[in-house]
Amino acid sequence: MTDTTSGTDEGQVSTSRRIAAIVEPAIEWLIRLCGFSAIFFVFGIFFFVFSSGADFIMNRLDVVEFMTSPEWYPTSVSNKRYGTLALVAGTLSVTTLAMMIAVPFGLGTAVFISEFCDGPFKEALKIIVEFLAAIPSVVWGFIGLAIMNPVIIDVFNAPIGLNVLNGGVILGLMSVPIIVSIGEDALKAVPDTYREASLALGATKWQTVYKVLFPAARSGLLAAVLLGVGRAIGETIAVLMATGHAVQIPNSPLDSVRTLTATIAAELGETAQGGDHYQALFAIGVLLFIFTFAVNLTADLLVRGIKNK
Amino acid sequence: MANQASIETRDVRLWYGEFQALKGIDLDVSRGRITGLIGPSGCGKTTLLRCFNRINERYDYVRTEGSLIIDGHNIYAPDVDLIELRKRVGMVFQRPNPLPISIRDNVLYGYRLHTPKAERSRGAEDEALESALKSVQLWDILKDRLGDRATRLQLEQQQKLCIARLLPLKPSIILMDEPCSALDPDATAKVEELIRQIAGEFTILIVTHNMAQARRVSDECVFMLIGEIVEHGRTEDLFIAPKDQRTADYIEGRFG
Ligand SMILES: Nc1ncnc2c1ncn2[C@@H]1O[C@H](COP(=O)(O)OP(=O)(O)OP(=O)(O)O)[C@@H](O)[C@H]1O
Ligand SMILES: [Mg+2]
Repeated sequence: MTDTTSGTDEGQVSTSRRIAAIVEPAIEWLIRLCGFSAIFFVFGIFFFVFSSGADFIMNRLDVVEFMTSPEWYPTSVSNKRYGTLALVAGTLSVTTLAMMIAVPFGLGTAVFISEFCDGPFKEALKIIVEFLAAIPSVVWGFIGLAIMNPVIIDVFNAPIGLNVLNGGVILGLMSVPIIVSIGEDALKAVPDTYREASLALGATKWQTVYKVLFPAARSGLLAAVLLGVGRAIGETIAVLMATGHAVQIPNSPLDSVRTLTATIAAELGETAQGGDHYQALFAIGVLLFIFTFAVNLTADLLVRGIKNK
Repeated sequence: MANQASIETRDVRLWYGEFQALKGIDLDVSRGRITGLIGPSGCGKTTLLRCFNRINERYDYVRTEGSLIIDGHNIYAPDVDLIELRKRVGMVFQRPNPLPISIRDNVLYGYRLHTPKAERSRGAEDEALESALKSVQLWDILKDRLGDRATRLQLEQQQKLCIARLLPLKPSIILMDEPCSALDPDATAKVEELIRQIAGEFTILIVTHNMAQARRVSDECVFMLIGEIVEHGRTEDLFIAPKDQRTADYIEGRFG
């Protein structure tokens, strides 16, 4: 009796072992595939964007004009011009203004949450900030269009409220959550012993923040800011709705502009596939890709820098 | 004032939330001497030490009662200036915790906090820096690399630096919580030597787990057990002829 029982047991064990021997490597491969797919997608997308505009970029694009001319007239009948300077200026002006709002506000909130809040209030605040990040960008665009627009017209006596100021404020608010959450992580990572050392020497909480925590979390905070910048540069629909659609280099925050992203979104549907205009928009895509890639890479290297210390 | 105890506590009780960690501490700490605080893990040595500069109050669930008099002032009085208190009462931590800034900025950190901008000068800072580092025997080693990050130094040097940064503030009391527990025996010996050297100028309170260290370093010793003081006396007396059986059991290694 005992012999048979133990025999069955062994049989079961070896069956489950055999199954494991097949399943384990399969799972491992599946996971590996998921990992490699990220690489595949990044290169695939870049390849797609570049190749869609490659013919035009390589053969007919005047790179100097593309980079330095503010004249974007892709649909002119007699004289088509593909200068992106005004669009770059649009993107930069809106992004700069957005950062002037988002950086102090975002870092301030991060410091407040991490250093001056406790318990349920802190948790509630974090949830609210995450909620802010979850608002769809078209809703932000709608706020720009329906709320900010009349307010700006009223307050600044401007002819139109869809401009750099509007887009900057909207984009700024959109970038705040990412700056807050990454910034808060960076501050949380600072060992508590630094805070105690500083307080025990007679520093106030605020002195501790700017004399100790800021230097200690410097690279993480910079990464937070850069990820915010990346978010702002890449955002499309909200700026499309809030900035007023004028291809021009702005002279004041009350001028309307058009960003790189908004140009692609607004024009791509109306172009003939494969035509020069269509391909020029992909060239803008490449430009954007380079911008955001550079910003994200810098942020990434900085974050890595903190981990190594 | 000179004969008066440096720290006098009367019936100090402390709670972490519901948990009472100190159950009525009466202690007179002699001025200008080294007092060792010993006792088994969890008996409240760190907690008591952290009352003297009120750093316990970082946690809002801490409640302290009783009277705690330092240099004649009740430090738990409502009008006490915490910043001034922490200038007078310096603290050295269990793990060396230099700030992640340069050596120079570390030593001058407290000095700059407590000196109004108008009274600061490069010359005065250089002087304070040099004299502080000389007092801890780091000047010759570090004088050519004062701009380096302090967190890259060896642990022994870090801990000495943590002592050095208190000196420009001219504290009257220095609290040390197991200052050598992160150091190897060699470094421990050097830091102990340093502690003995600067003694006299300051009242030093040192928590230690190490009986031998308590004997080597301290002039007086306090034995604590579950939130209370069991015995307090001259170090030789306490180790050679303890009055309380529990003290005897502890120093002979029967528990703890
Ligand atoms: N921040 C805190 N919150 C809650 N309880 C605490 C806190 N710090 C200490 N305690 C408790 O208070 C008691 C005394 O702790 P304390 O750290 O003062 O002991 P200690 O004598 O320094 O011990 P050790 O020798 O291990 O350092 C312990 O029971 C501990 O669990
Ligand atoms: Mg302790």
